[in-house]
Amino acid sequence: MVGSSRIIPAQKIVSPLGNSALGPEDEKALRRSLVKKALAALQTELEGQKVFF
Amino acid sequence: MTRVVLYCNQFFGGIGGEDKADLPPRLTEQVVGPGRAYRAVLGDRAEVVATVICGDNYFAENIEAATREVKDLIAPYRPDLLFAGPAFNAGRYGIACGAVCKMARTELQIPAVTGMYEENPGLDLYRKDIYIVKTGDNARSMADVVKRMTTLGQRLLAGDRIGRPDDEGYYSRGLLANEVANRTGAERVVDMLMHKIRGEAFESEVLAPAYDRVAPAAVLRDIRSAKIALVTDGGLVPKGNPDKIEVATATRYGRYDIAAKDTLDPADYEVNHGGYDSRLVRQDPNRLVPVDVMRELEREGVIGALHDWFYSTTGLTCIVEVMKGLGKKIAESLKAEGVSGVILTST
Repeated sequence: MVGSSRIIPAQKIVSPLGNSALGPEDEKALRRSLVKKALAALQTELEGQKVFF
Repeated sequence: MTRVVLYCNQFFGGIGGEDKADLPPRLTEQVVGPGRAYRAVLGDRAEVVATVICGDNYFAENIEAATREVKDLIAPYRPDLLFAGPAFNAGRYGIACGAVCKMARTELQIPAVTGMYEENPGLDLYRKDIYIVKTGDNARSMADVVKRMTTLGQRLLAGDRIGRPDDEGYYSRGLLANEVANRTGAERVVDMLMHKIRGEAFESEVLAPAYDRVAPAAVLRDIRSAKIALVTDGGLVPKGNPDKIEVATATRYGRYDIAAKDTLDPADYEVNHGGYDSRLVRQDPNRLVPVDVMRELEREGVIGALHDWFYSTTGLTCIVEVMKGLGKKIAESLKAEGVSGVILTST
């Protein structure tokens, strides 16, 4: 997204925070880990743009 | 006879240097500083009826108020045309010249022209609003710059069609104008390509967009007491798309209540986005707007709270300027609602 500074590579364009190949529990766990990564990014000091792998 | 008003700073106005930079705007009917150069070029076609002189610090520290004061001083003189500066590479002066010209154009509805060096910070602030003539970085070329500013100003006043920035010597305002070409697009583009291959200069007819560099938001210090909001450009909306957000090239966004929700139920939502296969998101909207896990993290105390609304728009073939406006409105709204962090999900 134009101008974003804290970027988390997610799953798929058509399903950024999910993976339909997994079962419901595993899919939710995956989503939770991506969201926690985003929360960690919000708490990370930055000078420029950063991709959080 | 054309009535011309000028704007200049304390230095060019002959009042003083940095020691006089706090001077509020004052008006004189005497021709001072650059006024003599303007008068020489204007000859007897026009009359310099007034000049406003203002200290650079005063203006730069109170841009809105100073602009209003300048307007109140010059409006009684019923000017037809305004020239500010030229400011060359003087930053505060450039900002003042830009603000005064914009005010003249939008509020007094008269043509206004200024001049700046390419690195003047006033350039990027005002280039879209007004005509800014290209200058060198110092006042040695005053006579030549004033001549070019005057020519452009008089053509604007006469209602002439103004040509391309490079031909006319002003900075591009980012406008597109239709032109009739005598060769087809195919011929022109092959010609450009040949120039490129030969290492010769060529000018593209389509400018690549120049994106802003956005400074990262400040770090979130205390996530356990922070209110976090979810925002998406993936087009998720309640069934029926109540805000009528466009399916592409959006100009609107929506704000939807999730205060009582532990998860997003697919029965309640649809996807309004023509740019991706939305089946997986329609099956489970949490795949785009993760309300389910955010609610868990809220209960566990990992975050202070999940914001009661999520915001949504459609990020497809959008106009960056329009989206900038939406982004600004969304951010202002989130701020007013006490949100301190945002997770933005994109498709």
